[in-house]
Amino acid sequence: MSQPLLRIEGVEAAYGEIVALRDVNIDVNAGEIVTLIGANGAGKSTLMMTIFGSPRARAGRIIFDGSDITAMAPHDIARSGIAQSPEGRRIFARMSVYENLQMGAAVNGGAFFNEDLERVFAIFPRLKERMRQSGGTLSGGEQQMLAIARALMSRPRLLLLDEPSLGLAPLVVKLIFDTIRDLNKREGLTVFLVEQNAFHALKLADRAYVLVNGRVTMSGGGRELLARPEIRAAYLEGGA
Amino acid sequence: MAAPNDRPRPVLQTALVDAGFAGLVTFGLSFPLLAYRTEQDMQNQLVVEPRWSLSLVAVVAIFCARLLAGLIQDWRARALAIPGALVAVYGGRLALVADPATGAGVACVGLALLAIAFPLDARLRHAPAQVARSEAPDRGGLFAIGGLVALFLFPFIMLAWLGPAGSLKWINNFGVQILIYVMLGWGLNIVVGLAGLLDLGYVAFYAVGAYSYALLSTTFGLSFWICLPLAGLLAAFWGVILGFPVLRLRGDYLAIVTMAFGEIIRIVLINWTDFSNGYAGISSIPRVTFFGVPFTANDDGFATLFGLEFTPIHRTIFLYFLILCLALLTNAVTLRLRRLPIGRAWEALREDEIACRSLGVNTVNTKLTAFALGAMFGGFAGAFFAVRQNFVSPESFTFIESATILAIVVLGGMGSQIGVALAAVAMIGGTEILRELDFLKQIFGESFDPAQYRMLIFGLAMVVMMIWKPRGLISSRAPSIFLKHKRSVAGSMVREGHG
Ligand SMILES: Nc1ncnc2c1ncn2[C@@H]1O[C@H](COP(=O)(O)OP(=O)(O)O)[C@@H](O)[C@H]1O
Ligand SMILES: [Mg+2]
Repeated sequence: MSQPLLRIEGVEAAYGEIVALRDVNIDVNAGEIVTLIGANGAGKSTLMMTIFGSPRARAGRIIFDGSDITAMAPHDIARSGIAQSPEGRRIFARMSVYENLQMGAAVNGGAFFNEDLERVFAIFPRLKERMRQSGGTLSGGEQQMLAIARALMSRPRLLLLDEPSLGLAPLVVKLIFDTIRDLNKREGLTVFLVEQNAFHALKLADRAYVLVNGRVTMSGGGRELLARPEIRAAYLEGGA
Repeated sequence: MAAPNDRPRPVLQTALVDAGFAGLVTFGLSFPLLAYRTEQDMQNQLVVEPRWSLSLVAVVAIFCARLLAGLIQDWRARALAIPGALVAVYGGRLALVADPATGAGVACVGLALLAIAFPLDARLRHAPAQVARSEAPDRGGLFAIGGLVALFLFPFIMLAWLGPAGSLKWINNFGVQILIYVMLGWGLNIVVGLAGLLDLGYVAFYAVGAYSYALLSTTFGLSFWICLPLAGLLAAFWGVILGFPVLRLRGDYLAIVTMAFGEIIRIVLINWTDFSNGYAGISSIPRVTFFGVPFTANDDGFATLFGLEFTPIHRTIFLYFLILCLALLTNAVTLRLRRLPIGRAWEALREDEIACRSLGVNTVNTKLTAFALGAMFGGFAGAFFAVRQNFVSPESFTFIESATILAIVVLGGMGSQIGVALAAVAMIGGTEILRELDFLKQIFGESFDPAQYRMLIFGLAMVVMMIWKPRGLISSRAPSIFLKHKRSVAGSMVREGHG
């Protein structure tokens, strides 16, 4: 098999004294959906942010598309082709949907803006209806759509999604996850998905990793992990 | 604070309770401040002089204003009713205390305003809002053009009306003085309002600009038009100098460091006497010229050249247009930048720095450009200040200046250009007006100096603002992008979802 699109190699990250990630090794191959599941505080969001250079990895390397991005400035990492829908969505609340999308296209100077705008509006027609509404007045689900659409505006080769299902109604979660699957199937977009909602994530993912206290404790195919009793016990209590 | 039960309370009752509460607060505030004053009597002993009526007027006035605000919903009707009520109260007091005839007349005028306000409110409230909304942009444009024409005509109208001697005060103290603060407000607005970086030391750049012109012109004999860009550049340079150490700071910490920066600049100017002449300041700074032609009574002066009779008002009017153009330049640049990627990046930075970073925004450059540009306009304003005063000293650049400029930005609604301008007019014009209110002496006694109550009034105004409009005068943010086909988006789709 060829080189993975994203390789996380022995990465360790910390906030001052608190070590949040220890020797994390994860590969994301081009065209895959890979998910990372773990409990609250396991370090999932930290890994997402570390890929973007803040906090920086104290040890290990992060390699994207063959080049080492471990020490790159965050904005250069974004320019190299990674986009993120961050935890909590982080919509620009007082800016309109349209302006939020413009910010998403900032990386390539808006060269393909109109084309890409049509594309994300085709994926999320709801956003088109609300184009001039300010981001902060959108519903949670619409904000999540906007966060994903905003990330797509930079034409990324790798999309990082941090808990897109957080706080959303089941129907909206399904819509979001269906969209992710579609993007992956039809456009071959590589997705690295972080979730607490293990059931949906594992069903969707080609491969999965489990993070516990900053360490990867398990990995395997998505459906394969879903079948394991210890996963069922730890992450799927009560069923979904 | 609202009643726990869901049934809507009658409007009158709610308004009464609210107004009663406001009246109580006013009583509490005015009691220690207004109700008593210590005086020295014949034996040179301190005696307490009660001034209950003053306190009572304040309480009644606030009660009425608040009550009306509760009963009247449309802001235009309120703008009529509240002054009406205040005039009526004032007239009532005048009638009781001093002059029954005049007082009654004044009270009638106030009551008449009130009488108009109520039916007006009822009409406006039921006017179709949809129509008003779709016409708003056109009206905004007209309003702006009308405002500009008025600004350009202002000195000439004043001159024609009051003559050279009478108009000087209005053009200088009101026109020029307000426009300086409009410009400073707009400059700081880039940093605070757009980029969201709380800067409490903005006066430092004003000082850099002022001393740049003062020193460059007195030592090297450079003209104002050469010094102006240099002053802007130097201020921008200091903006970057300040920007670097505070890149990682936000909110309170940023405020503290910028405040310290402002003080450091001032203290350096005080203590580095070889450079800045310390407290004594720099005097005989060259006055402004009409592109090289001095405003003097000489044969080569402005008046002779244009065949006019010499009067100092020519210079003042020129200064007025100079600061007007500088302020408009600030506004034009800001409006333009808001539509460019850098301006949008400032606003995005204000909203969420982490999101910005993950979208590939270079936050370091974005912050530094905001600091540099804001500082540059402060520097321009400073150079203008120096050429207007012909004298600069560190005393003009104290923290209270920074606080005033910041207050203008905050009151204006953080980011709204027109809001900042209105706030500057209210705050600076308000201060000047206080000096003019001589008639208040008739009510409150000869020793009453309204200008001394400036800070108290500012404070009260701030408190009222925070209750009434917590996000500033103009809190709605105008989108920087206007779609070409406005009507292609149906009205029902763009309405903001307030629940
Ligand atoms: N900014 C921060 N400063 C200090 N500690 C942090 C910070 N962010 C997260 N942590 C800590 O790092 C650990 C991992 O957090 P996080 O990555 O947010 O977990 P997850 O996303 O899996 O819920 C937690 O113990 C959390 O308390
Ligand atoms: Mg998280």
